[in-house]
Amino acid sequence: MIEIKNLKKSFDDLQVLKGIDLTVNNGEVLSVIGSSGSGKSTLLYCINALEPIDSGSILVDGTSVHDKATDVNKLRQKIGMVFQQFNMFPHLTAQENVALAPRKVKKMSKKDAMDLAARQLEHVGLGEKLDSYPSALSGGQQQRVAIARALAMEPSYMLFDEATSALDPELVGEVEDTMRMLAKEGMTMILVTHEINFARDVSDRIAFFHQGRMEEINTPEQLINHPASEHTAKFLSNVR
Amino acid sequence: MDYEFLWRPVFQSLPQLLKSALVTIEVSIISMIIGLTIGLLLFFARSSTIWLVRFFAGVWIEIARNTPALFQLFFFKFGLGAIGIIIDSYITVVMALAFNTAGYMAETFRGGFKAIPSSQLNSARSLGMTFVQSQCYVVIPQVLRAVWHPMTNQFIWVMLLTSLGMLVGLRELSGETQFLYSKTFRAFEFFAATAIIYYCIAKLMLLLFRLIAWRLFRGQ
Repeated sequence: MIEIKNLKKSFDDLQVLKGIDLTVNNGEVLSVIGSSGSGKSTLLYCINALEPIDSGSILVDGTSVHDKATDVNKLRQKIGMVFQQFNMFPHLTAQENVALAPRKVKKMSKKDAMDLAARQLEHVGLGEKLDSYPSALSGGQQQRVAIARALAMEPSYMLFDEATSALDPELVGEVEDTMRMLAKEGMTMILVTHEINFARDVSDRIAFFHQGRMEEINTPEQLINHPASEHTAKFLSNVR
Repeated sequence: MDYEFLWRPVFQSLPQLLKSALVTIEVSIISMIIGLTIGLLLFFARSSTIWLVRFFAGVWIEIARNTPALFQLFFFKFGLGAIGIIIDSYITVVMALAFNTAGYMAETFRGGFKAIPSSQLNSARSLGMTFVQSQCYVVIPQVLRAVWHPMTNQFIWVMLLTSLGMLVGLRELSGETQFLYSKTFRAFEFFAATAIIYYCIAKLMLLLFRLIAWRLFRGQ
């Protein structure tokens, strides 16, 4: 379970998160939507301790993420993250990309890590591409490798930061299908996305962020068809 | 022109010349490795949170890049010698060239690290790797590729700079040439032969670096 309490975060003078309260239950898929600069990506970076916070707290399975005593490297093994930019390591093959962290962090033997990597890549439909370098893969394939790489650490949670928004339109589907598959398998996920239709299909709840606040959170049906806030209604009418 | 070319002394001394070329190669490699390592440390030191570390790295880089290499060498030999710190010529040359190379490499690394998007580090950290692991296995291999060409040039430059060694009494290739010429007075012949040897070393180094690059960066 991820519990966020009164989370505040600023970049210099700009407050991007103005007191967020949010709980994500195990097995839940939560989508976060909102216009650029609403703080939704920052939220993910804070959950993974990639950004420090100003005040409030984030508990992941009861561990306070930003507590000085917390071993963030250990914590991050629980939380997989996929970024907007394709972040495959360009000097490694697909299989080596996935095997790297299990080897170095979990201290698996090379053989075990490579076997695990092959299984994970097969899982996301890239069993044929084990030896391919990123330069030989499409953006969609690279994102699926990034997903496999995160899954190889056997995380309890997956965070997706606009994982499809840098992709060519025809490649979005394959990545969304992979995310759908994870959702079906019961992975707890937080998706920051611009794809409203995808969010509706895959999510248990959708949160709408507006100017650093969580304006509204509800089931996809309620939030999309009967938005309670006028900001939500306006945003939805603009993106549809 | 009444200079008579006489190549025999050169051929007779060729083993001696080639032996001193090995000193040149040895000094080059040691200076490069030390300079490269310190250059990397200087790069990190420059973004340290500790003021004194940042300052120290900044001063090192500034002096190394903005004063003549010859002065740096003389400082280590005669400057330190004047205050009673006497260092062997071989070690002096290594120290001076490593000092110089470190300054240049720190700058080169700065450009190289800049070329790697911060999202690479974030990705690595998000997998649970420590800062050092992320640098070693993800960032630095990419930096190495970005700086490979300037680094190769720098290394060849260092190899040529070892010729300054003759001014502090090191019998590397230039020093040996100087010695043989003063014995035989065949200046043109010896310097021409030595130039060819330097040229060949430089070309061999280039070839070697290409081979290493081909092995390291294939597929990318």
